[in-house]
Amino acid sequence: MAYSKKVVEKFENTLNNPEAFKVGRFDPKETNVGTGMVGAPACGDVMKLQIKCEPKGNTHVIKDVKFKTYGCGSAIASSSELVDMLIGMTLEEAKAIKNVEIVEALELPPIKIHCSVLAEDSIRQAIEDYEAKQ
Amino acid sequence: MSTQSTIYLDYASTTPVDPRVASKMMEFLTPEGEFGNPASRSHRFGWKADEAVEEARSHVANLVNCDPREIVWTSGATEADNLAIKGVARFYKTKGNHIITSKIEHKAVLDPCRQLEREGFEVTYLDPDEGGIISPQAVKAAIKDTTILVSVMHINNELGTVNNLNEIGKIVRDNGAFFHVDAAQSTGKVEIDLSNVPVDLMSFSAHKTYGPKGIGALYVRRKPRVRLEALIHGGGHERGMRSGTLATHQIVGMGEAFRIAKVEMKEDLLKVNKFHKKFLDKVKEIDHVYINGDLKNKVPNILNISFNFVEGESLIMGLKDIAVSSGSACTSASLEPSYVLRALGRKDELAHSSIRFSFGRFTSDDDVNNTLEILGNVVHRLRELSPLWEMHLDGIDLDEVEWNMH
Repeated sequence: MAYSKKVVEKFENTLNNPEAFKVGRFDPKETNVGTGMVGAPACGDVMKLQIKCEPKGNTHVIKDVKFKTYGCGSAIASSSELVDMLIGMTLEEAKAIKNVEIVEALELPPIKIHCSVLAEDSIRQAIEDYEAKQ
Repeated sequence: MSTQSTIYLDYASTTPVDPRVASKMMEFLTPEGEFGNPASRSHRFGWKADEAVEEARSHVANLVNCDPREIVWTSGATEADNLAIKGVARFYKTKGNHIITSKIEHKAVLDPCRQLEREGFEVTYLDPDEGGIISPQAVKAAIKDTTILVSVMHINNELGTVNNLNEIGKIVRDNGAFFHVDAAQSTGKVEIDLSNVPVDLMSFSAHKTYGPKGIGALYVRRKPRVRLEALIHGGGHERGMRSGTLATHQIVGMGEAFRIAKVEMKEDLLKVNKFHKKFLDKVKEIDHVYINGDLKNKVPNILNISFNFVEGESLIMGLKDIAVSSGSACTSASLEPSYVLRALGRKDELAHSSIRFSFGRFTSDDDVNNTLEILGNVVHRLRELSPLWEMHLDGIDLDEVEWNMH
């Protein structure tokens, strides 16, 4: 398989140590939680991303993240990579994340770029959900 | 990377060459060995090589109970399929232009059929039933006056399901068409008796039966006679059906592999039957697991399983020291899930979640036990990671969810 060592390591670490890699769930009804879910089972990948935020100055900061992903190894690695980036970011910073950052960090092969697009979409949706609640 | 610690459960993809086969092949390569060209009629180097080729031909014929003169060497089952399908269609095109095949054939059958469509032939692609079987009635219903060829595989490579060649063959023969069967997965797994089954052409592969890659054969019936237009010209070898210097060592390897298959088929079967049963029993302990393919109508060396809520490629990555195949889209270059599983009418999700395990002569009890132990563990962990599993546990019907499609 044309996966980089980074994808394989990220995938395996996440699988072997799910709690440390933020696998899990928050109660989606809590007002300080935003949930995004993208993809479809029929397409072979679904990502669910949740952010827990608190206000800071005139913005909000991501304090914690949880995720679950159904998909190929690079989809799981892409989610996990995104999660690493998010903690401590303001919502503006998180909105500015581009999928290419994940592609580069994991050295994703061209055929797997859609995994990073899905990850980018998941954070967008989670932020929208969070902002709608404020 | 060392492959020594990896458990190999992908025998339906290819098998290792049996060491007895490899040592036999070695006798036909070096200056000390019989390296001659079997087509050389003027010296003993040629005669010896020719003898070896004819002995190998007899071994192949013997395994499937046909006349050795009905065996044509090819570079593999793919070439045999191409030769049978294009060869018959082009030779008999004045008799008709209709061909029947199935949606679950190997690409080595489907792609030549597509090519013939471009050449003006009409092809009907039959649906299997939900168990992966092509029903003889479906063949009967599809036959027309213009049908010249029916090509249906014996054992499906992804599912291990077995088609009824006898019934399909009778229907085809009664209607005056030719019957081709891709039997790449069959040799050494099930008995084939071509003296009794109405099959006109049958494709074989060496490397699925502990022989070398790069060699196969096409059975071409003599009575009633089937004629073919050759694909490769140049020297008139193999009675004009397949030119090119015969690869003596490869042919000897295939012959030896098929000779051993005949002698050891029972023993091989006992072994894989045991593994099949153990696998089924153990895998059934995992929730939401589906066996793909009709269990009552399949070979025990192939087991195709869908682990719902887990994506196949991630499962393969999780099973990193175990070599298996997946019907998942993510393991293919096309990003499409297995067309075979889709043809069964299963949901795409289950195709994405499928793994094919295939056992063979060199599989050990430890291989199977270790795999089963790791498998249960990895499926459990991937489900803990799966939002679909979480939704399922929450009682959400995934079919009712409006997905954010990409």
